Amino acid sequence: MAKKRMVQAINEAITEEMERDGSIIVLGEDVHISPVGDTRGLIERFGAARVRNTPISESVMSGMAVGAAATGSRVICHLFYGNFIYTGFDAIANQAAKLRYMLGGQVKLPILYMAMIGGGRSVAAQHSDSMHPMLMNLGGIKIVMPASPGDAKGLVKAALRDDNPVFLLQAAGRGGELGEVPDGDYTIPLGKAEEKRVGDDVTVVAIGSMVKPALKACDELAARGISVSLIDPRTVVPMDYDAILASVARTGRLVVVDEARKSCSAASEIAATVAERGFHLLKAPIGRVAVEDVAMPYSPVLEKAVIPDAARIVDAVLKIAVSRGVAQ
Amino acid sequence: MSPREITSEKLLQMYGRMFRIRQVEERLATVQAAGELPGPVHLYIGEEAIAVGVCAHLSDQDWICSTHRGHGHFLAKSDEIQKMVAEVYGRATGVCGGKGGSMHVADVSKGILGANGIVGGGIALAAGAALSAQTRGTRNVAVVFFGDGAANQGVLFEALNIAALWRLPLILVCENNGYSEFSPTASVTSGEIWNRATPFGVPGRPVDGNDVREVWAAAGEAIERARSGGGATLLEMRTYRLRGHVEAEKSFLSRSYRSDAEVEQRREREPLRLAMAALQGAGVTADAIAKVEEKERAAVRAAFEYAAESPWPAPGAAFEHMFA
Ligand SMILES: Cc1ncc(C[n+]2csc(CCOP(=O)(O)OP(=O)(O)O)c2C)c(N)n1
Ligand SMILES: [Mg+2]
Repeated sequence: MAKKRMVQAINEAITEEMERDGSIIVLGEDVHISPVGDTRGLIERFGAARVRNTPISESVMSGMAVGAAATGSRVICHLFYGNFIYTGFDAIANQAAKLRYMLGGQVKLPILYMAMIGGGRSVAAQHSDSMHPMLMNLGGIKIVMPASPGDAKGLVKAALRDDNPVFLLQAAGRGGELGEVPDGDYTIPLGKAEEKRVGDDVTVVAIGSMVKPALKACDELAARGISVSLIDPRTVVPMDYDAILASVARTGRLVVVDEARKSCSAASEIAATVAERGFHLLKAPIGRVAVEDVAMPYSPVLEKAVIPDAARIVDAVLKIAVSRGVAQ
Repeated sequence: MSPREITSEKLLQMYGRMFRIRQVEERLATVQAAGELPGPVHLYIGEEAIAVGVCAHLSDQDWICSTHRGHGHFLAKSDEIQKMVAEVYGRATGVCGGKGGSMHVADVSKGILGANGIVGGGIALAAGAALSAQTRGTRNVAVVFFGDGAANQGVLFEALNIAALWRLPLILVCENNGYSEFSPTASVTSGEIWNRATPFGVPGRPVDGNDVREVWAAAGEAIERARSGGGATLLEMRTYRLRGHVEAEKSFLSRSYRSDAEVEQRREREPLRLAMAALQGAGVTADAIAKVEEKERAAVRAAFEYAAESPWPAPGAAFEHMFA
């Protein structure tokens, strides 16, 4: 175990997998210089044939990833900010998500699309979306949203051994966060949640960037005598509903926290599934803490009003815990 | 149109506007470094002649669409220095109420559809503005400013095709500043950008984008053609970005992508210097120039004081403006 930064963990995972598997190639804007840091050193190590600095042409990049993957390469397509998924969206939605299905299973599409999502840095609406729900709705796409460097490394390695299109969505601006990273080669299976805090009163499911404020909320709630079972799904496709339902079976209460806009968010999907499969387990209405249906504003004052924080998570938990007599 | 047709009054006026933009940008660099700005800024220093030379031909009813490097375009077409700076400061008094910030400064009342955070994002918007100007039977035009990097977005080719088919009053102004973020243009861009118009039957030409007289003349001709129903033009303005892609980039880049010597060498032909020489050549006195500079300096100083003292937006404002 050693403490490493998020970008470093992702960088290590990519480097080790490229070392292991010569079929992996990298496409992306400025990946040779890597302003984000996650592809740093790759071009020096693996050469310009495997690490391609691309023009600003997301529509051809995302589509070339599909074509190359279908014909024998394993592709990392770095899209930088999540909002540039939109400029590359046609091939993602119309090709990557369904080509294998349409062709009756004849092709495999081993692609890792990477992007940074979410707000909090005053970069305004066109650089701050959390678009995982839109990708979840496509069907044929897996989505990895790690909240710690250790998870990131294991999940990226697993994604790079998966034969399907996978999105790695990192919380933007959080690449410098430190965490323990196990030594040696390891993978974390896609679709396996982690219970970050064990508790009996309320289940909180937090997605990606929201795990950090949720951990803070757990501490504040613990001080008030409320014990939280905090679930980090780590991948939203596949979603580990068994882990979520097992926790709700103990607590009977659920709050879901997501930085996406609330309508049709991952939080909505989790709430719907728990209501469908675990209605009998619930002792209180399900709470959702998410971004209201607005674009991300620029001014820090406005961003703060929009992005869920620990205080809002605490409020949401208290609302369903207090009203049912768990807390006083 | 020929650069020789510019009167010395016009030249001085354009110099004043370029000087204003430079003042705003230099101050933004200072306050950014001092941590006074909430978000990142992409400065236009070294490229001022393009926005000013083009916008000199436009009225408030003509539209422009701009880029992430959009302060200069805004200031070339709108006099609202205070509101623009306040927007970059994220204040309630900003031209977008603090919602958009540096990458979205816009003054629709002055025909500015806004800076844009999406590379190439303005191209289709401007084509739409040109379509609207045409179908409403006006003589107005739409201009899109975009970078050499943006010239690699497929939307440019789609827009050229449709603009040619429909003879849209659209002027495509590519600002080739030598870099697409941290990549030298030649490493990511094939051929000549101006020549990308040729297969569509759209006139295209390279222009010295650092010489405001050349920009003014080339833009004047293209805009006149568009107004009179002659359709679109692609102008590739050759220029150079004197600051980083984004301020403070050295703090996160692991290595440099261009040498300081290159920047210094390119500074010799920077647009304010060239315009100053032209003014002197036209016999404009040092006194007259100094007077204009002093006026601009004072206006910019006042704008920054206004912005820094302006109130933050009320948090509730975050939930307004999603729908009309
Ligand atoms: C669709 C899209 N892709 C990528 C980016 C990230 N990005 C912002 S500016 C930039 C470089 C733009 O280069 P250019 O068009 O030459 O404009 P310049 O910055 O040189 O003015 C990139 C890649 C973006 N904002 N939008
Ligand atoms: Mg450029």
